[in-house]
Amino acid sequence: MKQKKDVQQGTLALMVLKTLDVLGPLHGYGIARRIEQISGDLLSVNQGTLYPVLLKLEQEGAIASDWGPSENNRRARFYRLTRAGHKLLEAERRDWEQTAAIIARFFEVKAQDLA
Amino acid sequence: MKSLNRLFTRVLNFTARRRGGERLREEMESHIAIQTEEGIRAGMTPEEAHRRARLKFGAVEAVREDYHAEESLPFVDNLLLDIRYALRVLRRSPVFTVVALLTLMLGVGANIVVFGVLNAILLQPFGVSEPQSLYQLRHKQWMSGRLLTTSYPAFEDFRRRNTTFIGIAGVYGYSHAALSWRNAVRNLHGDEVTGNYFDLLGVQPQIGRFFHAVDEHGPDSAPYVVLSDALWRSSFQADRGVIGTTVELSKHPFTVVGVAPAEFHGMERFVWPDYWIPMVNERQVEEGDYLHSRTSIAVTVIGRLKPGVTPRRATENLNAIAAELAKEYPTTDDGLPLRLIHPGLWGDEGDVIRGFLYSVTVLALLVLMAACANLATLFAARTADRSRELAVRVALGSSRRRLVRQLLTEAVAVSLMGGAAGLVGAGLLLGALNRWPRAAEVHLAANVDARVYLAGLLLTLGSALLFGMVPARQAWQSSPLQMMKSGPADAMRLRRFALRDLLLGAQIAICTLLVTASLVAMRGMVRVLHAPLGIQPQGAMLVDLDLSRVEPAGGATVEKKKALIEAVQSIPGVTAVGTVNRAPFTGGMHGIPIFRPGATEFKLNNSVLAPYVFTMSPGYLEAAGSRLLGGRDVSWHDTARTPPVAVVNETFARKMWGETPAIGQHFIVWGHLTEVVGVAADGKYHDMQEAPQPVAYLPLSQNDQNETVFVVRSLRTPREMAAALERTLRGIEPNAPMTVQSWPDALRGELLPARAATVALGVMGLLAAMLAVTGIFGMAAYSVSRRMRELGIRVALGARRVQVMRAAVGRPMVLLAVGSAVGLLSGVFASRLLGRIVYQANPRDPVVLGGAVLTMALLGIAASAIPARRALTVDPSKLMREE
Repeated sequence: MKQKKDVQQGTLALMVLKTLDVLGPLHGYGIARRIEQISGDLLSVNQGTLYPVLLKLEQEGAIASDWGPSENNRRARFYRLTRAGHKLLEAERRDWEQTAAIIARFFEVKAQDLA
Repeated sequence: MKSLNRLFTRVLNFTARRRGGERLREEMESHIAIQTEEGIRAGMTPEEAHRRARLKFGAVEAVREDYHAEESLPFVDNLLLDIRYALRVLRRSPVFTVVALLTLMLGVGANIVVFGVLNAILLQPFGVSEPQSLYQLRHKQWMSGRLLTTSYPAFEDFRRRNTTFIGIAGVYGYSHAALSWRNAVRNLHGDEVTGNYFDLLGVQPQIGRFFHAVDEHGPDSAPYVVLSDALWRSSFQADRGVIGTTVELSKHPFTVVGVAPAEFHGMERFVWPDYWIPMVNERQVEEGDYLHSRTSIAVTVIGRLKPGVTPRRATENLNAIAAELAKEYPTTDDGLPLRLIHPGLWGDEGDVIRGFLYSVTVLALLVLMAACANLATLFAARTADRSRELAVRVALGSSRRRLVRQLLTEAVAVSLMGGAAGLVGAGLLLGALNRWPRAAEVHLAANVDARVYLAGLLLTLGSALLFGMVPARQAWQSSPLQMMKSGPADAMRLRRFALRDLLLGAQIAICTLLVTASLVAMRGMVRVLHAPLGIQPQGAMLVDLDLSRVEPAGGATVEKKKALIEAVQSIPGVTAVGTVNRAPFTGGMHGIPIFRPGATEFKLNNSVLAPYVFTMSPGYLEAAGSRLLGGRDVSWHDTARTPPVAVVNETFARKMWGETPAIGQHFIVWGHLTEVVGVAADGKYHDMQEAPQPVAYLPLSQNDQNETVFVVRSLRTPREMAAALERTLRGIEPNAPMTVQSWPDALRGELLPARAATVALGVMGLLAAMLAVTGIFGMAAYSVSRRMRELGIRVALGARRVQVMRAAVGRPMVLLAVGSAVGLLSGVFASRLLGRIVYQANPRDPVVLGGAVLTMALLGIAASAIPARRALTVDPSKLMREE
């Protein structure tokens, strides 16, 4: 269990959305890099799995992409959040907070509370 | 909405074959390049940085696969791959493929043909609105072979008094008339119907209008005619201007008011009327007036039930009315109970036809099942041979689901091709069936329509699932480790063979059942065809001469006919000639009530017999080849001034007078006390299947009728005779419509149902036999080839030929015996089913049982001969070296 896990696709999608929300347009490597930083090496291997997720989000209309120059003048594809993506992020965030709150309450419960 | 959008993009990507492969490659390259640069900046060597970057990126192939799966429709992609692979595999083993295709083609094709006929006869709509609420009224027992229900006055009473029908319409379906239009005369047949007929059925005219109940104002008040689509096209060149013109029907003017739609052919499926005229005008085309007589039973009744009324309640209501009428008209109405049937198939013949069709459908499905069992065996054997390939694929990470899908795809591909071939074959066969010669007035158009296509597709896919499941199950349960270890022929085999054994056994049982059924049918049919017809069609000609069209009202006189007969008699080569009002097997006067001498009340239920009555000239019996057993033929000296006489057949004599000699006895027919002067041999008169029927022949000179058929026996060929007859008769009667044909030709259409049934069952039996042969052959050949090595060792160790044989083909033989026994037993138990299909079917018939056993044994020997020979010629030294 100590091993770094393969990130669930849905979770990864949510992280992508949030990253783009906070940092604005980024290319694939940039997104992977930020997620790795924030999540603490969660995405330090298998960064390639990001690309199918990006494609999926793009096909759903949550993000859009265009070719552009990277920091060191390389051609890279930049992704940005669309209006639909904002909405999706908002909805997903609420869902997560709800779930997290419920789970948190379960962990706080002690035997005497249920008596 | 979101998922819909995505699906749309995917489908677009898929159809445009647009692949983001290029974009992904570029993105991946730039990803790794950026990371490498970062690594170099952090102080790594370029090689090290590049290696790390690649490691971090992960499995490129897996990413590409996932990406591709997101991008397009992986299911369809895989399906295409599977299909391509399946076709390649099938092409690699052409013999297997051809055998499988042929099997399926025959199985599916047979079913489509049967369904096509069933579709044409039972499922085609009548072209009327809400056909399910339409019923035909029938008597309970009386006149079982006829459509006619009641007299016209009684019909009017039923119409007024019933409370359960929206309406009832009367039809007289035997109307004949000569149509003259623009100097051309055509003999037609049609329906005389009550004015409410079209409105009740809910049919709309193609052009013009129909006649309605309001057009009727008593006898001869509505001289209107509605043309059928076929007549309009053939005789009027589909001229829309024909509406409103006047044509002559039997020399009476009728106004053409409308043309019926092409899909409406009246309420009988096999007899399509050329025209419809109002019943109130019947006297103008018929010879007599049936509108005012309570004793001429001339009306067939079709009714539409009110919503919510059950047929049972309607029947009770009708029977109450019938009982009332019997009280009010005690001398004419007999109050016989009525019942409701579905119209369309010649009244009660419908039960027989339906039973036959459903039974043949069951047999056809059995053939298909046998074919599927056969294919399942074939496919299972192949899968067993490919077990190593499958094992390797599982070991390399192919999912089992994928394997099963691959195998199923193969099965579906084979069955689709086989089904398509079957459909084409069936289409050709149905086309040939439609062109089959038959009585001119009988219609049967079995077309391949949407319903037939759908049935074919369902059958095909159904059978693919049936026989595809077996190998799929095998693949699902296989363990790669074991398969790799043990090779194709080992421990797994026992289990697999158990299933294969079961399949072959079932197949043989079904085949035996089918072979038994077809033998039963053949034998029944041979018996029917050899049953005494009472006539000798061979060497005789029929001339249908319609004198009513050229003679003044009242028709040709007896003298005229006598002169015509004498003229024909003088044609060289003619050995006998006579006339009859209707030749046997062309319908006629069935159910004429006969009373005992001294009877006073001439009601139907007082009659003692309801025989066929023929009116004949002297010499008819000789010309037709009917034997006179005793007494004398009628003669020209029996006239209106001498006492009425008749010749009766054996059944008539036996039913009336038992063992007492019939000659000299009397009976009453048509109100005349008639003396029996001769007894003729029994025969068949209406159809081949009928039980012995009573018949009375009355002399033409005492009961003149207009319908005249000349029966001419001669020594010359039909073609010469036809020419000579036409010349002679045209010389005397240049204007009378005339048809000349040889009697065997005329009968061919009559024998069609019996022949078709025999052919259908024979073909089923043949197919079953072929399937049995391929099944047993496949099984034996397979088991021999699998056990070649073992057999070689046995031979090397000194096994005798018999022992080798037993090892090689023992199992198929045991299966053959067991399967045949099961099939025979089920055949015996299915005798009721078979009895419905063919007249005089008896599966317990020793000839049939023996024949079935012999057939199966021969099939078994034939099918296993080649594998057995192969097993015997095993050369151990060669074999050992091979492995």
